[in-house]
Amino acid sequence: MVERTPFLNFFTHVILFVGFVLCIAPFVVVTIAASHNLKDVNDVPMSLLPGSDFWLNIKTAWTTADLGPKLLNSFIMAAGVAAGKVMISAFTAFSIVYFRYPGRTFIFWLIFVTLMLPLEVRIVPTYAVVANVLSPYQTILDLTGLSWLVEKVSGVQVSLSLGLLNSYSGLILPLIATATGTFLYRQFFLTVPDELTEAARMDGAGALRFFIDILLPLSRNNMAALGTIMFLWAWNQYLWPLLITTDQSHATAVTELKQLIPNVGGIPEWNIAMAGTLIVMLPPLIVVVAMQRWFVRGLIATEK
Amino acid sequence: MEKRVTFSSWTIGILFAVPQLLLIFTFFYWPAGQAVYWSLTLQQPWGGGNIWVGLDNFRSILSNADYWNSITASLVFAGISTGLAMFIALVLAALTDRQLAGSRFYRVVLIWPYGIAAPALAMAFRFILAPEAGFMAVVNQVWPGFWDPGLDGADAMASIIIAFSWKYVGYNFIFFLAAFQAIPRSLIEAAAMDGSGVMRRFRDIQFPLITPTIFFLLVINITESFQDSFGIVDIMTSGGPANATNLMVYKIYSDGFKGLDYSGAAAQSIILMLLIIVLTIFQFRFIERRVHYR
Repeated sequence: MVERTPFLNFFTHVILFVGFVLCIAPFVVVTIAASHNLKDVNDVPMSLLPGSDFWLNIKTAWTTADLGPKLLNSFIMAAGVAAGKVMISAFTAFSIVYFRYPGRTFIFWLIFVTLMLPLEVRIVPTYAVVANVLSPYQTILDLTGLSWLVEKVSGVQVSLSLGLLNSYSGLILPLIATATGTFLYRQFFLTVPDELTEAARMDGAGALRFFIDILLPLSRNNMAALGTIMFLWAWNQYLWPLLITTDQSHATAVTELKQLIPNVGGIPEWNIAMAGTLIVMLPPLIVVVAMQRWFVRGLIATEK
Repeated sequence: MEKRVTFSSWTIGILFAVPQLLLIFTFFYWPAGQAVYWSLTLQQPWGGGNIWVGLDNFRSILSNADYWNSITASLVFAGISTGLAMFIALVLAALTDRQLAGSRFYRVVLIWPYGIAAPALAMAFRFILAPEAGFMAVVNQVWPGFWDPGLDGADAMASIIIAFSWKYVGYNFIFFLAAFQAIPRSLIEAAAMDGSGVMRRFRDIQFPLITPTIFFLLVINITESFQDSFGIVDIMTSGGPANATNLMVYKIYSDGFKGLDYSGAAAQSIILMLLIIVLTIFQFRFIERRVHYR
């Protein structure tokens, strides 16, 4: 760019090309392996020319791992998390930025702390809560003596119970319970000019109307970026769905991959496994390619 | 920064915060508190009350060789994969930022790996690195017994490091490239006018200016290596062979849900939480000093 450096330019091209090959190779290998028959895929070395069994393998993988309903589950979970995050983070950021009620700073920190500890490190107790989401409230009632009081007065025994194992809410809600997104909105709301708020108030708009008619439309870019990131993040979740979907009907596509690991005995069916892998990795890849701009923007904005 | 113009209705303001607060109370603070409670008591998985045991759970875990093995494996994994993923991404981003022909193309493709679910890419690498089929089989034909992640712990560790690094090169690339592009072009041109070459400019201008990003990515990569590794380990090695890849989150999962040792798993969770918090503080405290902030 600034000066002529033919030698360095040559190396730049070589290294970037090697990087490109390493980045793309797994995709290519998976696709080729998915097109071979059982014998060819286990050849050493495996032929890099595509075989002819691609659709057959895809079909076998699809039925073995029951991918149709599982992909639908994945989609519902990912869309639910994305939508929930986009809405709830907006609410919270609005509350933190635009109001001056006592305890606001405390709430801010309460939410900020959740960034520190990801779901993975507190899976065991979170699992117990999801098994009965009302258990925290039951315990509080018991400890404060309220349930005793209620039982004495009305004769009704208080036992709150609502299990969310094997349900979409169980999959989605705990994944929404973190602060990512709230800060994205907060940063953005802080850049919205005060004059706009003043003008809205002058015209008689209350908090609710200002939020719905002015703030939300202005946040469209943020919503797209956050939605993209959260969709991908939720789609790629593994440990959480694995734990709480003890029943096959709510399992997601990513957790179903495990069904496709070839058995130790016999000739490993790598072609089927790779076909399944291809199906599972395709939707997020399409989202990344189609939403590239929002993806990059959302990633950089949510993390900082 | 604060808003000058706000709304006066407290009720509406608090109501807007309620959904989030309910969620984080139910799914974050309560479980976190429960983890602390469980780690200090001994609970029967099938009910029957808890017995207060103080720090006994921690003592029994910390005197367990398997647990120390798991910590060592996690640290080795975190160190090598973070170093690898960050170094490769830094080189690729620096070269892409030179904006030669084709750099737009690389900018698009090199971020793809980050979109892939860890278990899916683990499956791909399980095949690519399989000793009997795939590509390492070729190497094994030349040197029989050279590579077998199913038997050799070091090979298994290398496999999960390769899979994890591949994904996070894409992630780090996005941030490094953004950081390089944020450096004003005029700064680089001025340095070029003063007669500095490409390497010199990288060392004295670009590198110091992206240190905040390096610092930030270091923290993220290490914490992600604790969490996002679960899917990779579960699909590729299941913690084996002989616990060589039994990373901390995987061990919490297998002790808690397969072994039904809730108290032990809770104590391990607490230790992992502390480790992540300490790492974050350590990095803020000691690395931040050498970081050039704009």
